[in-house]
Amino acid sequence: MNGPVELVGAVASGMLVLVAVSVSWWAGLRLERDLITAALRAAAQLALLGIVLVAILTPGQPLILSWLWVAVMIVFAGWTVQRRVPAVPRIWLLSMGAFAASAFVTLGVLFGAGVFPVNSTTVVPLAGLMIGNSMTATVLVVRRVTTEFKDKRLEIEARLALGQPSSEAAKPYLREALRTALIPQIETTKAVGIVFLPGMMVGLLLAGVTPLDAVQAQLVIMYLVLGSVAVTTSVIALGLRRILFTEAHQLRLPVGS
Amino acid sequence: MTITPTPTAFTFTGVTVTFGEAVVLRDIDLEVPASGITVVLGPSGSGKSTLTRLTNRLLDPTSGSVSLRGTDVRDLDVLELRRTVGMVFQRPTLFEGTVRDNLAATGLENEPTHTEMLHAVGLEPDYLQRDGSTLSGGEAQCVCLARALLMRPDVLVADEPTSSLDHASTLALESLARDLAADGVPILWVTHDLAQVERIADHRVTLEEGRVVQA
Repeated sequence: MNGPVELVGAVASGMLVLVAVSVSWWAGLRLERDLITAALRAAAQLALLGIVLVAILTPGQPLILSWLWVAVMIVFAGWTVQRRVPAVPRIWLLSMGAFAASAFVTLGVLFGAGVFPVNSTTVVPLAGLMIGNSMTATVLVVRRVTTEFKDKRLEIEARLALGQPSSEAAKPYLREALRTALIPQIETTKAVGIVFLPGMMVGLLLAGVTPLDAVQAQLVIMYLVLGSVAVTTSVIALGLRRILFTEAHQLRLPVGS
Repeated sequence: MTITPTPTAFTFTGVTVTFGEAVVLRDIDLEVPASGITVVLGPSGSGKSTLTRLTNRLLDPTSGSVSLRGTDVRDLDVLELRRTVGMVFQRPTLFEGTVRDNLAATGLENEPTHTEMLHAVGLEPDYLQRDGSTLSGGEAQCVCLARALLMRPDVLVADEPTSSLDHASTLALESLARDLAADGVPILWVTHDLAQVERIADHRVTLEEGRVVQA
């Protein structure tokens, strides 16, 4: 055995997908097709990732390849956000900007402080963790901001009618949306180690890393995710204010949001 | 903002507003006098609210222009314009917090002025500490009016301000509007209530399907 899980084991774990499909069929959820598609897609994407990582992580490969892969991840994450909230114009560009800003800040701190060395085995996994978690929070904050603006349209326009600039009129509602996006991450951070063991830590333990080393690594990752979610959602909220108001401080809600 | 005295408060010239395929206002030409209460009457969906939103640029017309005392509103600083044109909405729209917080949202935090303005709309000074969510519809709309008046607007625009109020509150708000108009603040007042038109209108405009049918 080269790693903690052999190929046969990975295939055998697919039995669990069959369990989920059976539950869906038994309960009449009609999610069987979605479950199978998701499982096959995850397998294909991870296989592709494996091929790319082998190429990138092979000793002697230039570091630029890792950064290029990070750029690809940012573009794909932005596209995913756009697909999930298609009614908001220019959200792809805004999300990519937010992920890039977050990568700059969080990876800058980790690498700058020497927490991890800058090399091909750290850049891609850390960026992947950061972008993946930020993407979920981004979709949440975009949906929350557009819903909040729609629900509180009268209040926002009443503030604008008092001569408040859009930045001030939007502030209470953006704050609420940001809180909503950040609270799940804060709760997850609070519960870690007691309620659940994060996937990465489980992975490290299964790979034979000592529990103390696994805990230390996990702590850094939790802080990385927390920081990146905070930076990404803040950039998104600020950018959305520019998208959802005109230069004349008029509210323009996307159709179908 | 320097406001030159002119016989008209607002002038709508060839104003058309469309939302996608829907034409909400069609080629409106209208002059709103700079004195008294001008009532805009019309059924639901006739474009009355849209007309009010053009006066302080919460909305811009698709074509045509709107002028305040002879100056195109697009040539004025929009934030200044909105402090010059006080607006009261159809539903009492209070922000989270106390009445004081609501009045302070104008940027004016002088408490004696707050008290004076509450008095002007018939509310006692102790209302300042009350939470906005505890007020009745009539009281809340009076606070909204006080909030709009706090900025000493040159013109007041009221979009069906009594539609969610009981009869007594409606009459009280109408009386306040009459006093204000008598003090020289022209008012553009939207309603679909014919009896109200009889009680308060100095000038009237009727809208139907986005067109002025009587002015």
